[in-house]
Amino acid sequence: MFYREAGDFKTSYASDSQTFPIRFDRWRYYAILAVAFGVVPFFINDYWANAVFVPFLIYAIAAIGLNILTGYCGQVSLGTGGFMAVGAYAVYKLMTAFPDVPILIHVLLAGGITAAVGVLFGLPSLRIKGFYLAVATLAAQFFLVWLFNKVPWFYNHSASGQISAPERAMFGVPVTGATATAPVKYLFCLAILFALAWLARNLTRGTLGRKWMAIRDMDIAAEIIGVNPLTTKLSAFAISSFYIGVAGALFFSVYLGAVEVGEAFGIQKSFLILFMIIIGGLGSIFGSFAGAAFLVLLPVLLKNLLVGQLGWATDLAAHVELMIVGALIVIFLIAEPHGLAQLWRLAKEKLRLWPFPH
Amino acid sequence: MSDQLLYAMEAGLNGLMAGVMYSLVALGFVLIFKASGIFNYAQGVLALFAALTLVGFQQGQIPFAHLLNTIFGTDLDSFGWTLPAAVAILLTAAVMVLLAILIEKLVLQHLVNQAPIILFMATIGMAYFLEGLGDIMWGADIKTLDVGLPQGINETVESVTDRLFGYGFFIDNLDIVATVVAALLVVSLTLFSQYSKQGRALRAVADDHQAALSVGISLRFIWVLVWSIAGFVALVAGIMWGAKSGVQFSLSLIALKALPVLMLGGFTSIPGAIVGGLIIGMGEKLFEFYVGPLIGGATENWFAYVLALLFLVFRPQGLFGERIIERV
Amino acid sequence: MNAMNPDGYTTADGRRIGPVLMEMKSITLRFGGVKAITDISFDIREGEIRAIIGPNGAGKSSMLNVISGFYVPQEGEVWFRGERRGPMRPYAVARLGIARTFQNIALFDGMSVLDNIMTGRLTRMKAGLLSQAIWWGAAEKEETANREKVEKIIDFLEIQNIRKTPVGRLPYGLKKRVELARALAAEPMLLLLDEPMAGMNVEEKEDMCRFILDVNDEFGTTIALIEHDMGVVMDLSDRVVVMDYGRKIGDGTPDEVRANPDVINAYLGVAHD
Repeated sequence: MFYREAGDFKTSYASDSQTFPIRFDRWRYYAILAVAFGVVPFFINDYWANAVFVPFLIYAIAAIGLNILTGYCGQVSLGTGGFMAVGAYAVYKLMTAFPDVPILIHVLLAGGITAAVGVLFGLPSLRIKGFYLAVATLAAQFFLVWLFNKVPWFYNHSASGQISAPERAMFGVPVTGATATAPVKYLFCLAILFALAWLARNLTRGTLGRKWMAIRDMDIAAEIIGVNPLTTKLSAFAISSFYIGVAGALFFSVYLGAVEVGEAFGIQKSFLILFMIIIGGLGSIFGSFAGAAFLVLLPVLLKNLLVGQLGWATDLAAHVELMIVGALIVIFLIAEPHGLAQLWRLAKEKLRLWPFPH
Repeated sequence: MSDQLLYAMEAGLNGLMAGVMYSLVALGFVLIFKASGIFNYAQGVLALFAALTLVGFQQGQIPFAHLLNTIFGTDLDSFGWTLPAAVAILLTAAVMVLLAILIEKLVLQHLVNQAPIILFMATIGMAYFLEGLGDIMWGADIKTLDVGLPQGINETVESVTDRLFGYGFFIDNLDIVATVVAALLVVSLTLFSQYSKQGRALRAVADDHQAALSVGISLRFIWVLVWSIAGFVALVAGIMWGAKSGVQFSLSLIALKALPVLMLGGFTSIPGAIVGGLIIGMGEKLFEFYVGPLIGGATENWFAYVLALLFLVFRPQGLFGERIIERV
Repeated sequence: MNAMNPDGYTTADGRRIGPVLMEMKSITLRFGGVKAITDISFDIREGEIRAIIGPNGAGKSSMLNVISGFYVPQEGEVWFRGERRGPMRPYAVARLGIARTFQNIALFDGMSVLDNIMTGRLTRMKAGLLSQAIWWGAAEKEETANREKVEKIIDFLEIQNIRKTPVGRLPYGLKKRVELARALAAEPMLLLLDEPMAGMNVEEKEDMCRFILDVNDEFGTTIALIEHDMGVVMDLSDRVVVMDYGRKIGDGTPDEVRANPDVINAYLGVAHD
């Protein structure tokens, strides 16, 4: 009853193209922001931060990144894990080389370096299309993981071959390392996610976003109406890789603290992020959040239910999880190719008319 | 001849043999792609699933034992018999056909006319599902697969090369068997598609779905047929890989190598799959032999993909694929 | 005859036809060994409606693809606004001021009608990446200014009520109209229409004819269109090129073409020798 646009007239094109054109949506958005920034930090503890919130925030950044490339620009990539690894190793090298620079600068620089690598591996997209490109991105995945494993310079010649994050601070408060507290880690990731999601939303609703979607929907027609496929595809690779690089940097430095590249950034990671955007919704910023939340929460819930409540063996629970995730992917592709975001939209359409649908 | 060259020749030969293994998996991809335009990512997992099932039957394991025990508190383990290899292989083939029917009914039927990339992602989902299913049915521990194939060094090759070059090559018997089996498989598949009624229907479908439908070919039957054949090819590949390196999850990752093989050979060409497999197999062994030591080794992890990537940039349709003319 | 005047002339119904805008000189296009177009020359003048007609497989679409830069001919020259146009990528051709529609509708199915039409303005939107990312300054102004232009075209083509509908859900006739809107949004100097009436019923055809005439009249846009249905074209166009088997067999006003014996043969199916 309260959820409707009647009486909410738009008097300018600017207000018609804003992110939340319906007043109620706008208020809910502000309320969620207020809770996320103002309430959660006071209640968060180590378990919640490490099991749910921090991985969710980081995966959401990666999912937005992949969604820009795959959902908006139509270029499927299976190299996400490899690009996250670039971000992680870049931030590690920067952190150890320039200990006094604020960690935020390092994280952003790591994103920039990943963007450059992404453009390099995006170049073949001009000649290769569809799943040919998807398979070609596997080259990035396997080569990058191998590179970080085999070249000692990247892990500062450490004996274990691992990288581990030293303590680094922002405004004097430690963000990485053993002394960083849960609220700080959470707020750091949240702020970055908020800024990046806002930028992504702006980019996708404007000129560049339309170019991406034109290439996605029909690349030949797009070129004939004046879209330069070279710069458009490469801009998608660059911006997408920036997001994924930032996610990789945070995943290593803030979340895990120590990383073995094949384990943390293997091909499974690439698939996980791809699944997030399929389940959440291709070509939707909100979908990236929904997908990340879903696939972060699902294992936690299953583990609590099967292992914690029913006393199953952990490996059995893990296999059940594989089956559920696989089945969900197929079900979503069959029933709702636009993912959770579309389900949400449909629910809202219904709500608009409720309780008088005729 | 210098030692270096002899070692390289041995590495190359072994690469060729490994290439045959890649070709076996690639063959399954090509069959499905030709008949339905689906790029079946799950082909590798099909091979894993087939190998797991085969071992399970052979050793008389009770399927889902772990799950049943956990839920009902029973103590099931095995039926207490061991089946002869031939019987187990037949039973597994039957399971693969059943799987093909289920895949067609539950998944493919609902995805007709979707974009290829959607179908591709659906097969990734299927791969996850099958992997979980295989593990739950038969357990995730590494299993040895033994159907009585000869293994170990082939002494004939060793003694002949020893007499010729003064250095005996190490060639595994299993690789030789795999080569023979792959050759047989290709010949019989070619004969089947050229001379049988179903084979002709298959080629008709590959050429044009609509036209094939209009002359009364059942698309659904063809899809079940082709997925069954692909399942059978996966079974053969699973037996070979399983006998070589044990039945374990990495089997489905090795099968990923079939993808660059296809990019090289073209997705629609059976000879392409074979030649692509041989090139990749030999190329990665020789690259590892010559360049590997200089840059830290283990280049087999990525060589195939990078080779295929570079190749694609210059010839996007693959070695044997047809040239693509773009239209509006 | 007044059509030979290099500076242009005024038609019987008072429209102004200007000098030559585009000229094709001895174009030959081959695919492998097959010749799609053989040695064809013709020109398009500013402000005119120029039709290319011919039976199926005559090479009309290939000709349009040459004009829009999608195919590069092996022989011959393309001249546009008095300058020779070398081989260039299609997007660069679009920026010269040439827009087109497609025979098999080529809209962006995942986007709304409004966004589809806005893509027509892409060549004119210049705001930098940073401005777009923070949705401030140049990008926001540009978005609003271009939205106004697009809204005028939406009004003109009478598609206000489907503005926010995803294109994939529209019926065929409306899709064709949205495609025309997208091409018009580019404010092209030369508009290419690839069988704009194909697959339409009589009523839709009449609508489309009216829009084509209005576009030409109100915006002064030069139009080159392909059709294989003679009737509509003859009423619509100032001059007609007739193609058959990749060759030009007639060129002139509708009346001249109608009287041309080769054209009659091609359409009535007299055997080729």
